[in-house]
Amino acid sequence: MADNLAARQTDDSDKGDGRRRRRDLKLYYGIENGEAPVENEQVSQTSAQSTDPCNLDGGSFQPQTYLSKLIQERSLTELMDEEQKMVRDIKGLDSDMQTLVYENYNKFISATDTIRKMKNDFRKMEDEMDHLASNMSAITDFSASISNTLQDRRQQITKLAGVHSLLKKLQFLFELPARLNKCIDMEAYVQAVRYYTKAQRVLHQYEHMPSFQGIHTDCEAIIKQLRAKLMERFRQKESTAKQLTECVDLLLQLGEPAESLCDEYLSHAKHKLDEDLEGLEKQIKLYSGEVKPAQEERPAQAFMSAGMDVLEFVDSGCNGFLSNICLVIASYNDMFLNRMQTDEALDTIALRKLVLFVNELMERYFSFVRQRVQLEKETGDNTILVRALDRFHRRLQAMNKLLPDTDFSRAGTEIVSRGAKDRVAHYLQSLKQHFADCLTDIRQNLAAPRLVGKQDSNARLADLLSNMQSSVVEQIKSVLGNLQAFIAPDITFAMKPYFRGPFCSQDVREGLVVAFVRHVCTMCNDFCEVPGDKTTSPPALLMILSRFCIDLENATISYLLSVAEEQFMVEDKGTVTPTAELWAMAKDTGQRLLNHYVRVQGLTISQMLRKSVETRDWLNTIEPRNVRAVMKRVVEDITAIDMQVGQLYEEGVRKERSSDSSRRTHALSSSQANRRPQWNYAPSVDNSLMSNIQKLFSEKIEIFSAVEFSKVSVLTGIVKISLKTFLECVRLRTFGRYGLQQIQVDTHYLQLYLWRFVSDENLVQVLLDEIVCSAVHRCVDPVMMEPSVIDLICERG
Amino acid sequence: MEDEAPVIYGLEFQARSLCAQAAETDSIRFLVGTQSLGPENQVHYIDFDDENNLINKTVFLHREGEIWNISASTFDSSLFATCYNKTSDNRSELKGALWQLPGGSNPPSPAGEDNSSAHPHLGLLCYLDTEEHADVKSVLWHPSGDSQPVVGLCQDRIVTWDVDTASSAAKVVSSTSIEGRGHPRLTSGKWNPHHNCHQIATANDTSVKGWDLRTMSQVFHIESAHSQLVRDLDFNPNKQYYLVTCGDDCRVKFWDTRKVTEPLKVLSEHSHWVWSVCYNHFHDQLVLTSSSDSRVVLNSVVSLSSEPYGHLVDRDDDDDGDEDSLQDGPQEPPKDGVIATYEEHEDSVYAVGWSSADPWTFASLSYDGRLVINRVPRSEKYKILL
Repeated sequence: MADNLAARQTDDSDKGDGRRRRRDLKLYYGIENGEAPVENEQVSQTSAQSTDPCNLDGGSFQPQTYLSKLIQERSLTELMDEEQKMVRDIKGLDSDMQTLVYENYNKFISATDTIRKMKNDFRKMEDEMDHLASNMSAITDFSASISNTLQDRRQQITKLAGVHSLLKKLQFLFELPARLNKCIDMEAYVQAVRYYTKAQRVLHQYEHMPSFQGIHTDCEAIIKQLRAKLMERFRQKESTAKQLTECVDLLLQLGEPAESLCDEYLSHAKHKLDEDLEGLEKQIKLYSGEVKPAQEERPAQAFMSAGMDVLEFVDSGCNGFLSNICLVIASYNDMFLNRMQTDEALDTIALRKLVLFVNELMERYFSFVRQRVQLEKETGDNTILVRALDRFHRRLQAMNKLLPDTDFSRAGTEIVSRGAKDRVAHYLQSLKQHFADCLTDIRQNLAAPRLVGKQDSNARLADLLSNMQSSVVEQIKSVLGNLQAFIAPDITFAMKPYFRGPFCSQDVREGLVVAFVRHVCTMCNDFCEVPGDKTTSPPALLMILSRFCIDLENATISYLLSVAEEQFMVEDKGTVTPTAELWAMAKDTGQRLLNHYVRVQGLTISQMLRKSVETRDWLNTIEPRNVRAVMKRVVEDITAIDMQVGQLYEEGVRKERSSDSSRRTHALSSSQANRRPQWNYAPSVDNSLMSNIQKLFSEKIEIFSAVEFSKVSVLTGIVKISLKTFLECVRLRTFGRYGLQQIQVDTHYLQLYLWRFVSDENLVQVLLDEIVCSAVHRCVDPVMMEPSVIDLICERG
Repeated sequence: MEDEAPVIYGLEFQARSLCAQAAETDSIRFLVGTQSLGPENQVHYIDFDDENNLINKTVFLHREGEIWNISASTFDSSLFATCYNKTSDNRSELKGALWQLPGGSNPPSPAGEDNSSAHPHLGLLCYLDTEEHADVKSVLWHPSGDSQPVVGLCQDRIVTWDVDTASSAAKVVSSTSIEGRGHPRLTSGKWNPHHNCHQIATANDTSVKGWDLRTMSQVFHIESAHSQLVRDLDFNPNKQYYLVTCGDDCRVKFWDTRKVTEPLKVLSEHSHWVWSVCYNHFHDQLVLTSSSDSRVVLNSVVSLSSEPYGHLVDRDDDDDGDEDSLQDGPQEPPKDGVIATYEEHEDSVYAVGWSSADPWTFASLSYDGRLVINRVPRSEKYKILL
């Protein structure tokens, strides 16, 4: 056994001492299985080892087998070593045992002492506990006896107290109908309701008892009466809002359903508001003249009700309808919404009802206001309308605060901007009208003085133009001034960007100024395209309009736009029509008008020339002695046109300027001298060759081409058209000798007088030469007249 | 692909009258009459060789006087009519005559040297006489070529002749005077190819009137069709109520004769009087106009043509060749507009005419005697064909 311990000790040298020692002790006392599972394992190992007969520490150690085994297996020295080791082990084990025994002995001694002392203490404590128990039982006995004695009296007191309160309640109940009646008589409905609500439950509970039932029915009857009274008051038109609130409050306490109350209240309010609205409607009808004021009214009243102006209208709308609806909303809020109610669903229903109600009424109101504002087109004054709109707008904003969920200001602003827009449209219309009036004036002016004298009428063209221009500009400026009322600084809506932006840039600039310019241009363009080409408009009007358009382009458009932009502080330039577009449009229109003018005048003269060529028998005509009257007429007309154009347009550039006519006639006759012999002696083939060669070097002449904005260019256009017509007509006729000579005379005359009107004298020369040339071709007996004779005739004519 | 250059042919005399040889459908031929007060007037018989771009001309002498109007027969290619001005000492009057080209329809081989004395004379078939000795403004051949009446527009009346080619005689069948304010003078007229050719239209001052030849009653009346004189008119060859007019207001107007209050369309491409207007007989969107601004304008008026949505492929005609054109898919609908402006002339262009044989060739004649043969630009041609 000692061997076993010693071997164990050496094996488990790494384990803690105390532990090892305890285990050893266990082994010693034979407690094998008291340890933790780990321990068990070791034990099982040990037990496995113990089956080995050669294990020194094992239980089944057989010294004989071990010895024989050692002797068999080991050498002598080994055996010697083994023996020594064994002896050493045995000694170590012995000393260990001794220490163990010594250590444990002391502990045993003290333990025995402690146990003995405890035994003594416990005995003393047992005695004290007994004592306590006996005391407690004594106390219990006393307490029981006291409560027994007091029991009866207490029950009685309780009962008495209960009876007292019951009696009190009963008294209240019995008195209730009377009290209620009294309250109702005194109109102290609040108290009545309070009493009733107090009693109601009890009454309800004891309904089966006959006496209570009586009271209950009485109360019910009274309350019914009360309710009816309240309802009556609720429905009364003249009851004040406070009274109404009280009523609603009480009715709610009396258990009336809130929803129906809402409806009731709103419909009640609606009556009043409807009255207001009807008043407004009546005003509109009165104003628009749909309804005449009733006959039976006194004259003064009739005068009063003859339709208010827009400011009064808006005022009455604000004071009547709007303030009433505000009141309704406020009291409704107090009654149904701001109460400390827990019922969320009811709240939302009530709110929705209110919103619906208000929306519907406001819509009607808005429509009335809209109608009224639209009616405002005819009158000229803006300030009242603007003030009215401003009041309206302000009032709406106030209302917005009251009912935060809805946005009336948007609708209100819409009405305001619509009103502003209508004004602008109205002004545009009046501008258009004014322009048309201007045109009529000019027409009349043009028509009238013709009786007095041509010169006079011509001198007035420039005046007419400047009159028209200044009057149009003034008109626009005054309109702009009027419209400025809309953006005056004291007007609330004028400061709102959503009104101001569109109003200034879209309405005023685009809708008024630009639209007016456009209108002028379309009007003018219409003059150029008269249906059926019937020239109904006098040419002078075309002239004036053309100049007007050019002036528009040059100055007026820029001026008007800058005035508008300055006065209305238009900032947003991205979306507006660029000025250049208007310029181009005006210029284009001016050009078209001028072209049309040239055409019309050219055609008038052409017509004259054509008739004169077509109606004459050129084969059998007498020798020319005079310039034909029609040529003189042509020159006269062209001179008149020249004066007309000269008033409105600058001279323009000529290709070749000749300062005095004498030089010109000299040059002319010399050029004629150069050309004439060819006509006289060359055969016709060469002649056409000549003209062809001549054409090769001269530019092609555009007859109906666009003209420039100058007098010379305009006149050149007219002369070109006339001479070309002359040429074509000549080509269609056959001439005798004298016919040809007459043409010679005529063309020479034209040449003498027409050169001064045109930009390029050569042009007239070429066309006239061509006419003579064609006449030569169409002549059966081409004998030319002597240039000197022609000169003579022309000078005489 | 460059468009071929125009072919220019110069006449020695001034000229106003031009017409295509209407009965000829194989080769491109035109007749041009000169207008000269001198003793010699000529009818130039122009044969245009399309492939070689060459002009073969034959000149015939017209001994009666200067030619103001010329119109080729629709049934016999050798026949044509002229309106000529006969000037005597103190009067000039317009007369009409029917002529026959010597050598039948085939032109004789061109003479080697250009010697005026060598020019053959035209064979006179008959004079178109009127009892009233009114000026014959123009002669209209029956458009279908079936029967042989000829209508002449004289100063204020419409005269119908029955022409007997065999006996070389023309007999006046009817002569109707038109009523109107003042002295109405017919300026031009056209035979309506529709309605069994019973109608003609005439222009008189600013108005255009349609007449039924059987009853000589007025069919339609376009009052003040132009603001000034109406110079020419033409019927759409495919749409029976459509008519085009031109006049001194530089405009070309398209009309529906059923609704004469307003023109269907107005073109103003010219800067002076428009003297002549002419529908292409194969593709009625092509309209030629000539003007005294010495320009010829080829317009495309698809919107008023018989093919307003472009060429509709007719599948029955050829089944194989269609695939290519079908693959092109729907094209942009062609738009109206000027196709080309021809500026070869130096003087007023009084006459213009399409060839009766080739749908793409036309001739124009200016007063200085320049005849220009032009073609429709290839791009436009393909646009119409494909």
